[in-house]
Amino acid sequence: MHQIQEIARERILILDGAMGSMLQDYRLDEAGYRGARFADWPHPLKGNNDLLNLSQPQIVEEIHSKYFAAGADMVETNTFNAQTVSMADYGMESLVRELNLAGARLARKAADAYTTPDKPRFVAGAIGPTNRTLSLSPDVNRPGYRAISFDELATAYQEQTEALIEGGVDVLLVETIFDTLNAKACLFAIQDAFTATGKELPIMISGTITDASGRTLSGQTTEAFLISMSHMPLLSIGLNCALGAKDLRPYLQTLSANTPFLISAYPNAGLPNAFGGYDETPHQMADAVEEYLDLGIVNILGGCCGTTPDHIREFALRASGRQPRIPQTA
Amino acid sequence: MKLSGLEPLIIGPQSNFVNVGERTNVTGSRKFLGLIQEGKYGAGLEIARDQVTGGAQILDVNMDEGMLDGVEAMTTFLNLIASEPDISRIPIMIDSSKWEIIAAGLKCVQGKAVVNSISLKAGEAEFMYQARHCRRFGAAVIIMAFDEQGQADSYARRVEICSRAYHLLVQDGFPSEDIIFDPNVFPIATGMEEHRRNALDFFEATAWIKQNLPNAKVSGGVSNVSFSFRGNDHVREAMHSCFLYHGIQNGMDMGIVNPGQLTVYEQINPELRERVEDVLLDRRDDATERLLAYAETVKGSGQIRIKDESWRELPIDDRIEHSLVNGLDAFVELDAAEAMMTLGSPLAVIEGPLMRGMNVVGDLFGLGKMFLPQVVKSARVMKRAVAWLEPHFAAESAAAGTAPRKQGKILMATVKGDVHDIGKNIVGVVLQCNNFEVIDLGVMVPPQKILDAAIEHGVDAIGLSGLITPSLDEMVFLASEMQRQGFTIPLLIGGATTSRAHTAVKIQPVYHGPLVHVNDASRAVPVVQKLLGAGADDYQNEVRADYERLREQYATRIAERRFASINQARTLRYRPDFAAKPAPPAQYGVFPLRNYPLEDLVPYIDWTPFFQAWELHGKYPRILSDELVGSHAQSLFDDAQEMLRQVVAERWITAHGVYGFFPARQDGDDIAVQTAGGERRFLTLRQQGQKAEGQPYHALADFIDPAGQDTLGLFAVTTGHGVDERCQQFKAVNDDYRALMLQALADRLAEAFAERLHQRVRMEFWGYQASETLSNEDLIAEEYQGIRPAPGYPACPDHLEKDLLFELLQAELHTGLHLTESKAMYPTAAVSGYYFGHPEAKYFGLAKIDRDQIADYASRREIPLTEAERWLSPLIT
Repeated sequence: MHQIQEIARERILILDGAMGSMLQDYRLDEAGYRGARFADWPHPLKGNNDLLNLSQPQIVEEIHSKYFAAGADMVETNTFNAQTVSMADYGMESLVRELNLAGARLARKAADAYTTPDKPRFVAGAIGPTNRTLSLSPDVNRPGYRAISFDELATAYQEQTEALIEGGVDVLLVETIFDTLNAKACLFAIQDAFTATGKELPIMISGTITDASGRTLSGQTTEAFLISMSHMPLLSIGLNCALGAKDLRPYLQTLSANTPFLISAYPNAGLPNAFGGYDETPHQMADAVEEYLDLGIVNILGGCCGTTPDHIREFALRASGRQPRIPQTA
Repeated sequence: MKLSGLEPLIIGPQSNFVNVGERTNVTGSRKFLGLIQEGKYGAGLEIARDQVTGGAQILDVNMDEGMLDGVEAMTTFLNLIASEPDISRIPIMIDSSKWEIIAAGLKCVQGKAVVNSISLKAGEAEFMYQARHCRRFGAAVIIMAFDEQGQADSYARRVEICSRAYHLLVQDGFPSEDIIFDPNVFPIATGMEEHRRNALDFFEATAWIKQNLPNAKVSGGVSNVSFSFRGNDHVREAMHSCFLYHGIQNGMDMGIVNPGQLTVYEQINPELRERVEDVLLDRRDDATERLLAYAETVKGSGQIRIKDESWRELPIDDRIEHSLVNGLDAFVELDAAEAMMTLGSPLAVIEGPLMRGMNVVGDLFGLGKMFLPQVVKSARVMKRAVAWLEPHFAAESAAAGTAPRKQGKILMATVKGDVHDIGKNIVGVVLQCNNFEVIDLGVMVPPQKILDAAIEHGVDAIGLSGLITPSLDEMVFLASEMQRQGFTIPLLIGGATTSRAHTAVKIQPVYHGPLVHVNDASRAVPVVQKLLGAGADDYQNEVRADYERLREQYATRIAERRFASINQARTLRYRPDFAAKPAPPAQYGVFPLRNYPLEDLVPYIDWTPFFQAWELHGKYPRILSDELVGSHAQSLFDDAQEMLRQVVAERWITAHGVYGFFPARQDGDDIAVQTAGGERRFLTLRQQGQKAEGQPYHALADFIDPAGQDTLGLFAVTTGHGVDERCQQFKAVNDDYRALMLQALADRLAEAFAERLHQRVRMEFWGYQASETLSNEDLIAEEYQGIRPAPGYPACPDHLEKDLLFELLQAELHTGLHLTESKAMYPTAAVSGYYFGHPEAKYFGLAKIDRDQIADYASRREIPLTEAERWLSPLIT
């Protein structure tokens, strides 16, 4: 049994909060994103957060450290978009390996610095959904068309995964899944990456409910999503993003009741306001999260868009001493 | 066993038999084969849909036909199914005897599918390879009872092969609950001796599997059993039902059937049932002959299945709505044709029943009762109807002697960094449906590319879309670039994270061209039509006014959330260039204007608020020709003109005014003025709602030079004397209409007086802008230099200021106005306020302020804190 699984039996594991919102505080401009190395890159780079692993590593590391200092057991690498499909927007396909290696090492460094014998700290290699969908056509008039193939996507995921593993992450986190078929391609790729690197890591899966109907973007209900993602031994399955803590609860209950895997939840700080900002304070959000604790439906808890170290500190405080969910046996 | 499409399918001990729809199988359905061969996938989908509505819980898809490219056909059809949520809600069974077709199919389904089938036919190595591959996709597998020696055709062979396959898989870690056996359904009643036990062996093997291979399931292709009765559906259906009945008794979990074609076991003619069962269970030597004899008697009497098409009886509007909501395109052209006959024009069909149907779709989506893939389908049906109507547009225009003309050209794009375009596509479709030409640049479009394309294509408007929050900033940036590069065409903002508030607060300030937030596809068409049609200016102004109001509200709300401290706000005060301050007036002091001529005020009336007073909303003069309220507004306006002539000619009311100028100096947030009686202070309040970096916190005092040598103007005007008396007379004869009319006119005249006096102050009395040439519209739009804020209004909400204002102007004496206890002016048709002449003086809204400023204000005014709180209560959160 992996060390994380052992710890998860004892207590609720705390994951970090948002990276993007934290980066906004640094108010980086185009030049800031570019740094010295990419000053002459032919594409606009502002907004390429993953690039900061290379151009502003001290900022990324500082944010990881803030989350560890706030009480997180695990941080996510800053690699949400670090695969060739998304990086094509910046003409940076050739940098994918480097971005993931650097992202993994930065988080590793921060984790090691905060690790104590009592409280080991972990790194989750973040793998985002990419900007393409395998189940939906981008062209309303050609429903049979797909902007990317399963194999292309799997190849991109494999490259990212191998680099994350080499960079020293403890866990792989496939997150913000809006199309289950994308995530299937990712799981497929992860298996190939395990074979290629000779190393197997625990896998965390986190989907996203996007519709008012309680479904993923590609139309699946929570339970259908769970069934479609349960064919590999997972460390955890859960939900993140899109909804606030309160709105996420019923879907977490569905997951919790139907799986032997651990449950993770890292909601947004409420729904975005009219300006795309997130308003829920650490206290407000922790109150909603406390309901998860009362219901005993989570094992791994963190924050997504709009959450800060203050949110994570509050979660850690509320979760300390609380019983983690006891997974039903298969 | 758990499977899934868009929804879960859980098969457990409590579950009923699971129907696997078989008609989308080219080997079993000539019709389906024909459609796929001709590339008619749409019609193929209808067959799939029939299976689902007929009760299939899993959909079998098979493309094994020599003339087909099976990989291509499987991929295409499964991708199409993925776009049909009412089909893809159930799990898919990828059915092929060719491994490469199965492998291709696995890459197309997001749910947990079933592979049908793999077997030991080519040995263990290949079997294990295929099973592991299926497992990597999470698919369950059907294992055919087939090995290196051939197909199992006896009970013993079935048991042998299934047992071997099961143990190989389970030892390899394959989940036992994902294993399904197909122990081979073979035809019965063939007349051949060796086939007599075909069904019975199947049943017995099924029972053995269920008993000895934990968690494994049993399936079978049921229609095989009746192969020898092809052409006699009546008997075949009975055979299928009986086979299933006994199969289920023995533990069969699922079967490939035509779910729409199953007769209920209990309802089978008892004689037929008995003869079928004799064959199935091998109960008599002459069972086959007896069944054949029976079959002769019922040839051709197969039941005709009726689809539920009762909705076809509904009125035309409802039928169109039904097609749109359910994404059915089979009848929509027919219905569009019928609607066109009734309504007389293709456009009427689009704007009528089709748009209404799309609105229903939009509503259901908003309520979470439809989800995105369904909405996309609805849009497609809509498009199909419009495509059918399109030639009729052309015919119509040709008949009218004009070429078909597009309503306008719209460029659409999802902004840089965002990939979401479904909403944008829907808007694009709906616009095209309404005869707009749409140029769609797709997703992730860099700003300059959007602007270049806009110029290149000479578009009439740009529509931006985005779903993720960073897109909001991209839109602001693009809007500012439009402004910088001199664009004036309308900009439409849409997408899930966008909002009216964001558009109003963040985008409008940076783009001065027409700008509208369009929150759903159904609104896109009317908005674009208004923006590009006649009366566009009025519409833009309406929207602009609406957004300005929103900005104010937002400022108020923001202020509720976070405040700068008053000291901080003072440090960040607005600092105009005082070198540009206006020269002092020729003479300081107070100047009354008694019995001011009403004739001079009439041209300065702003009529728009007059109509608002009557709850007619719209801008003058456009409101007079408004489709809905125009005639009403016109008659009201005629009456007003009539009365106004009387008011002026017969001196129904008296206008008095007074203005004054005082040497002034900014002192903190106070304005210190020199009067004959010494220095007096106007107390201004300062904005405190947290602002973006670099934005100042306004107070009116900022517009006065702290170095002194500056001027503050004051004024009070009324056109209210005589109004009450006259109104009493009207009311006495129950003529409330005229009473209301007079009050409304008096209010307008007071505002006109303030406007006219301000103009004369600028041009003559203070004279800092002697050469002003502004129309009344310009005046209404406040395009003059300087401002005249009134106590009690957004920039200076403190009514207590009127005390000093009245005192210094001796307003009671000169105008007959007096202040009530709550500092309201009486008569009510009155305006009083300040003049600030600095060119940088601007109106602003104070919004909410924080406690520290209230305390500071109380001590400045030298009143108890509680009293200050009472006067300023609307400003306190």
